[in-house]
Amino acid sequence: MSTENNDTKNNEPKNSEVDQYSGVETTGHEWDGIKELNNPMPRWWVYTLIVCCIWAFAYQIYYPSWPLINSYYEGMGGKTQREVVKAELEMIAEDRSVFADKIQTTDLATINSDPNLTEYALAGGKAAFGDNCAPCHGTGAAGFIGYPNLNDDVWIWGGSLDEIHYTINYGIRGVHEDTRINDMPAFLRDELLSRQEIDDLTTYVQSLSDSSIQSTPAVHEMFIDNCASCHGEDGKGLREFGSPDLTDAISLYVTDRDSIVDIISYSRGGVMPTWNGRLDEATIKSLAIYVHTLGGGE
Amino acid sequence: MANEQKDANSPKSEEVTNAPQPNIKQAQVEAVNKAVDRPLYASRKKIHPQRVKGKFRTIKWFMMAFTLGIYYIAPWLRWDRGEGIPDQAILIDIAGRRFYFFVIEIWPQEVYYVTGLMIMGGIALFLVTSTAGRMWCGYSCPQTIWTDLFMVVERFFEGERNARIRLDKAPWSLIKLYKRIAKHLSWIIIALMTGGAWVFYFSDAPTLFNQLISNSASFDAYLWISLLASFTYVFGGIAREQVCTYMCPWPRIQAVMMDEETLAVMYRHDRGEPRGPHKKNDPWDGRGDCVSCRQCMVVCPAGIDIRDGLQLECIQCSLCIDACNSIMKKVGRPEGLIAYDSLKNFDRREIGEKNQFRIIRPRTIIYSFILFVVTLIMFFTLLNRSTIDVNILRDRNPLYVQLSSGDIRNGYTVKIMNKSAENQKYSIGIEGLNTFELRAEGITEYNDEGTPIISVTRDKLRSVKIYISIPRDELLSDSKDITFKIHQIGSDTNDIQSTSFKGPKL
Repeated sequence: MSTENNDTKNNEPKNSEVDQYSGVETTGHEWDGIKELNNPMPRWWVYTLIVCCIWAFAYQIYYPSWPLINSYYEGMGGKTQREVVKAELEMIAEDRSVFADKIQTTDLATINSDPNLTEYALAGGKAAFGDNCAPCHGTGAAGFIGYPNLNDDVWIWGGSLDEIHYTINYGIRGVHEDTRINDMPAFLRDELLSRQEIDDLTTYVQSLSDSSIQSTPAVHEMFIDNCASCHGEDGKGLREFGSPDLTDAISLYVTDRDSIVDIISYSRGGVMPTWNGRLDEATIKSLAIYVHTLGGGE
Repeated sequence: MANEQKDANSPKSEEVTNAPQPNIKQAQVEAVNKAVDRPLYASRKKIHPQRVKGKFRTIKWFMMAFTLGIYYIAPWLRWDRGEGIPDQAILIDIAGRRFYFFVIEIWPQEVYYVTGLMIMGGIALFLVTSTAGRMWCGYSCPQTIWTDLFMVVERFFEGERNARIRLDKAPWSLIKLYKRIAKHLSWIIIALMTGGAWVFYFSDAPTLFNQLISNSASFDAYLWISLLASFTYVFGGIAREQVCTYMCPWPRIQAVMMDEETLAVMYRHDRGEPRGPHKKNDPWDGRGDCVSCRQCMVVCPAGIDIRDGLQLECIQCSLCIDACNSIMKKVGRPEGLIAYDSLKNFDRREIGEKNQFRIIRPRTIIYSFILFVVTLIMFFTLLNRSTIDVNILRDRNPLYVQLSSGDIRNGYTVKIMNKSAENQKYSIGIEGLNTFELRAEGITEYNDEGTPIISVTRDKLRSVKIYISIPRDELLSDSKDITFKIHQIGSDTNDIQSTSFKGPKL
């Protein structure tokens, strides 16, 4: 039936005519008086289509294209994006190795006096800092409570290039056997001092950096007995023990009275990871040089 | 010849008579882009312009040689700037971020010189256009020059107009194949040389030339050469007048710069009409000087009939003037039936006045004035170009650093550009702080007053980290305005930059 219908349709006289302006036949389609000219497809367009078709076939044969049940058609060219990425990464590593190898084998002082190496180390150090250090120390290295500010001139464990390098390499209270470690006693928990004594000691510690607060010689004696072995008799700290200066304007923790009481009572001890083994030597050296230039380097 | 008959619908019909002036043949031609009955859309019809000889053609040959000469030779000129700086007279050094033009050297920050140059070029173009019409299009536009060059090649291989028309109609044969291949191959070679010359402006020309010969140039060079070669080939060989008519905005814009006193290539219809074929020894009374020889249409590269009046397609190449003048000479009439003329002159002649060319008009005065002012500003700024440029970036993270002594420290990155021809030393002074301590990271040289001395190699930028610490009580609020004074030692050149010093909220 449908065939019949189609036949009759085809046999219907078409409304085509020759357009009087262009001399081209119309298709017989008309919309509100606008007639469609039966112009052929532009030849360049047809050729482009044909070329694209040929291209598409060739592409499918040459490159991986068709999914199979358990694998895929790998293509005659044997190309994969993974190989490309791998090759690119190798190329980058090779480009970098010129400087990275030099930094790896050169000592810090020499790197620091070579402008080219320093420039590379600073750029690499900045990137590595953002990736590895910023979560604790902040992107600007300004630190947080309990995480030291690396911009200032206070270094608990030392601020020379080598000391910074050592700290990054082995960490603080880290997993390496050479890690920096100290342990402040928890004077209340370990029942070394009474609450009243801790209260007096707090006043004394406050008086070290605030001249408006007065303490007594008796408490000074107590400080000498309990604290001076690490913090020094003048309370200025000792780097070899990693004990902070109690007299300066900077503190790692909050410095109101209650917090100081809490610190003396229960101790504090932050942890910095051992980066040795997690980062390569060139990166650690770059980090040391970067941190050293933040303003407090010694 | 049905088309020829159709043209006869104009009142001044140009019927083909069998015996016109014996020495003047009427060309069997119709304007491809005729002004009357123009359809909204039409596919391109090929134009076969005939070669013409005359005054303007000679000027155009000269202009072609001159402009192409500049284009091809300029990148090979050398200019000694000393060790370590390119010695190419004109060089756009993208990798080194410099633009060299003989004595002038421009840094990216000074790109406004290029802007100024472009404004000057633009205004000069306005001035020329308002005075003498599309001089740019007719004589110096690269599209015109290269199309002309490509036509020379075409004529060399395929012959003159009639031979080319015959060749187009002829079936494919070995000789036709040879002519076509030879023509296109020559075009492609010219196109490649065009693109090839272009890249020399962006790299040391002799080095790049050797690289190109040994096929070891960078990918960018090949990319740009092939891009520009394709454009040259398509625009000059194939698209030709289509570029001017459909792609270029200038024909549309220039109309606003022209007025009735502006010169343009025009057919003097008051002298030419009524037109018609003229037999030798016929009287000239009661008829115009136009003998309907159609030479103006035969030579026209835009495919128009100049006698239809001013038209968008007309690039005013003035070849029709040469063609018409040669005919006028033959028939013994004065030259200048087609000539540079202004609309106002048609009115003047109508009331019996003489032709005039008024160059001084409000329009030209304004354009000249703007051009003068812009040129003056450019000269002034170029002569007073500073040899130092300083940028100061204050650290924002951290905003400030508290030191163990209670002092507040701010960090600044100071970038000093030494744009002079010598290595220089600079001192850094701070104003706006009473007591402060200044330290420059990595700088070992300080003067007696404790200011760091920073040496910067010529033509280089140096970035130095500066730390300033001040006592806490120096800060009365959380911010204080300070100024950096960068002084070039041994000169009176200073650069003063304002910034601020931040501290904790009080």
